[in-house]
Amino acid sequence: MNRDFWRAFARNRGAVLGLAILGVVVFCAVFAGVLYPQSPWDMATVPFQPPLSQDALLGSDTLGRDIAAGIVYGARVSLLIGLTSTAVALLIGVTLGAVAGYHGGRVDDAIMRFTELFQTIPNFVLAVVLVAIFTPSIANIVVAIAIVSWPPLARLARGEFMALRSREFVQAAVTAGQGTGTIILRQILPNSLSPIIVSASLMVATAILLESSLSFLGLGDPNVMSWGYMIGAARTVIRQAWWMSFFPGVAILLTVLALNLVGEGLNDALNPRLARKGRA
Amino acid sequence: MGTGQTGSGVPPDVHDVPPDVHDVLLDVRDLTVALPEGAERPNAVENVSLQIRKNEILCVVGESGSGKSMTAHAIMGLLPRPHVKVVGGQALYRGRDILAMREAEQRALRGGRLAMIFQEPMTALNPLMTVGDQIEESLKAHAVMDRAARRARVVELLAAVGLPDPQHLRRSYPFRLSGGQRQRVMIAMALALEPDILIADEPTTALDVTTQKQILNLVAKIQAEREMGVMFITHDFGVVAEIATTVAVMQHGRCVEVGPAERVLNRPRHPYTRELIAAVPHYIEHRDDFVRKGEALLKTEKVSKVFRLGGFFRKGRTLVAGEDISIEIHAGETLGIVGESGSGKSTLGRCIIGLLKADGGRILFQGRDLVTLSRRQFRPVRKDIQMIFQDPYASLNPRHKIGDIIAQGPVAFGEGKARALERARELLRLVGLPEAAADRYPHEFSGGQRQRISIARALALDPKLIIADEPVSALDVSVQRQVLDLLDDIRRRLGLAMLFITHDLRIAAQVCDTIAVMQKGRVVEMNTAREVFQNPQHPYTRTLLEAIPGKGWEIPEDLRTRRVVPGAESLGQEAGA
Repeated sequence: MNRDFWRAFARNRGAVLGLAILGVVVFCAVFAGVLYPQSPWDMATVPFQPPLSQDALLGSDTLGRDIAAGIVYGARVSLLIGLTSTAVALLIGVTLGAVAGYHGGRVDDAIMRFTELFQTIPNFVLAVVLVAIFTPSIANIVVAIAIVSWPPLARLARGEFMALRSREFVQAAVTAGQGTGTIILRQILPNSLSPIIVSASLMVATAILLESSLSFLGLGDPNVMSWGYMIGAARTVIRQAWWMSFFPGVAILLTVLALNLVGEGLNDALNPRLARKGRA
Repeated sequence: MGTGQTGSGVPPDVHDVPPDVHDVLLDVRDLTVALPEGAERPNAVENVSLQIRKNEILCVVGESGSGKSMTAHAIMGLLPRPHVKVVGGQALYRGRDILAMREAEQRALRGGRLAMIFQEPMTALNPLMTVGDQIEESLKAHAVMDRAARRARVVELLAAVGLPDPQHLRRSYPFRLSGGQRQRVMIAMALALEPDILIADEPTTALDVTTQKQILNLVAKIQAEREMGVMFITHDFGVVAEIATTVAVMQHGRCVEVGPAERVLNRPRHPYTRELIAAVPHYIEHRDDFVRKGEALLKTEKVSKVFRLGGFFRKGRTLVAGEDISIEIHAGETLGIVGESGSGKSTLGRCIIGLLKADGGRILFQGRDLVTLSRRQFRPVRKDIQMIFQDPYASLNPRHKIGDIIAQGPVAFGEGKARALERARELLRLVGLPEAAADRYPHEFSGGQRQRISIARALALDPKLIIADEPVSALDVSVQRQVLDLLDDIRRRLGLAMLFITHDLRIAAQVCDTIAVMQKGRVVEMNTAREVFQNPQHPYTRTLLEAIPGKGWEIPEDLRTRRVVPGAESLGQEAGA
């Protein structure tokens, strides 16, 4: 299974490229402290230094902070928020979707109406409101992003569970006397994971974008350097100093693109019917 | 395909068709169709030569994967290119090679001179077009006719295939029609341009037995009226006996025996044909009547089940799946529930095992009413009633190892994992699989082997009653025979009672002591198998018996007693080792 999985994944060139970019981002996040021992908030050089100047590779911002250092430390925040908020969203979404799909009937109706309630509110507005009500901190941002992004996962998991629960191997497990919990976790969940993993990988990208947007509006955690904050702070001087918003923007673009490519590659590799067809 | 190796023990492929070339409509010569690399064999069809003559029904018989459909699809230009393509041979239609024709020429021939009908009439019809429009389309594409003439022709065709009220039916959408009616529409479409050759790819496999009978009669009638050549693909020797004039038997992409129906059916020469015919379920050997003693193990009284469709805000629709079902089964007895689709036979099985809750009546198991039990109270009963499911590909969790699948029941009832796995290995041996199978995953096994695994799983809890829901209907006939023999053997050895649900009376005749015939949610007749077959009481039972394909044909004497079919599946050898 593993060998085939990697072969199918590698057949999609874009996915491999995405994985490589993602590797660079992870490397930056992990070794941020080694690459730039100084805090990204400290003044490193003269303000308004253009890129490729002596003491700042990507230039400096209005307060003389090193843009490169900000990007490297921002990778940490982006990945942290992307991964944890997706994990929380998965927990909420898959649990609700699984229960709704497995039980069906009234339970399903109730849970799905609740889900639709969240789906009708525009994601970003809800996230802004949540972060504004609670104080902007990493934990609150993670929770806010998770709360706005679980409904699609719930619908997906529900669909998978509904399709699988009428399969004969699930009925066989019922007649073998297995409990509901065991059936959901051991019989159905492993068979429904592929599409859930794929959409979760895409959701990490959305979460990173959401976090950047929040920071751009000044609703980020004031204690951590993030890409969105950098763009937001530099927007007033964009005509004099393009590099201040350009490089963080490129960082966001590349990371989100990489995650999308990986997600697509996972989709090909985990969905054998598509994988065999090939794309090139 | 040598013809001179008679003495070597392996008989040559047998072809004894009279060399009469005048009436040959389609002459397929050495057709070879290649599969993509990495498939289980290089060629789907290898050097197949067949002839379809005027006024003849050629039945192509074989098990799944034998290449019979591929042959038809190659002739019709329906191969999934570029993966699968014709690499050799010719298909001569009145002297011209169809395979070498340009696309436009082929298209003119298809639908016009060559027509095809498919297995699944629902997917073969466009759901968004009325049936009249669909038939008109092929007229539009091929014939010069004005609108009114086309309309009249459509009505005429619908009437010709025996559809009621063709004026009105022409405006219906496919979903309004039953499976049999849809197949009739397909046939009407195929006949629209008076083809010379009709290719029918398992056209009755998805239909109930009584509908199958009607469609077979229709095909035979139309063939005779229009003196067409028909190529009829099937896996069922009963169907062959019913309509064939010539039979071609295919195995692994090769045509191993061709000959007149009478000769092939009654004096088959090739060993593979003999194997296949020996495996056909037949009801000549009735077992001794089962003598009922003591209390019934399971007794249902007036069980009913109604499905309610609809949701929160919508007014629901109801669907009655069972009303007034009363049956009785004793320890050691095999009770066959026979009926057509929608008769409620599966619903009954699922109510007994607790997958569905009956709405009314009583299900007494060892004197205890199962209908009144709550989920929790039902749990101890689960041990005693187990089920074998229909679809061997859906009934095993693809992510679990075989050992774990078999052990899941005992583990759920508190047995130690190691002990349960050890028992799983014993059970695998009992059902004729190697113990090593326990460490493998379901996808590594064939359909028949998977069904053996399902049997082992059902036995793991030492049940008293096994419900087998169409356990062999998804299997090829030779594998079917092996699985049925295994079930029968195990049932006898362990003294189990079995509720055997099937749509096929021939299979019921082979394994059941008692037969209950169901129609529209009711048991219309219940009696010993012998009585049901020899002295049916209810008119519906008589209709069903009447509809069994090929009932006028008796399996040749020398093939009747052979119980074991060697080499039909590799499993036979594995088990013996």
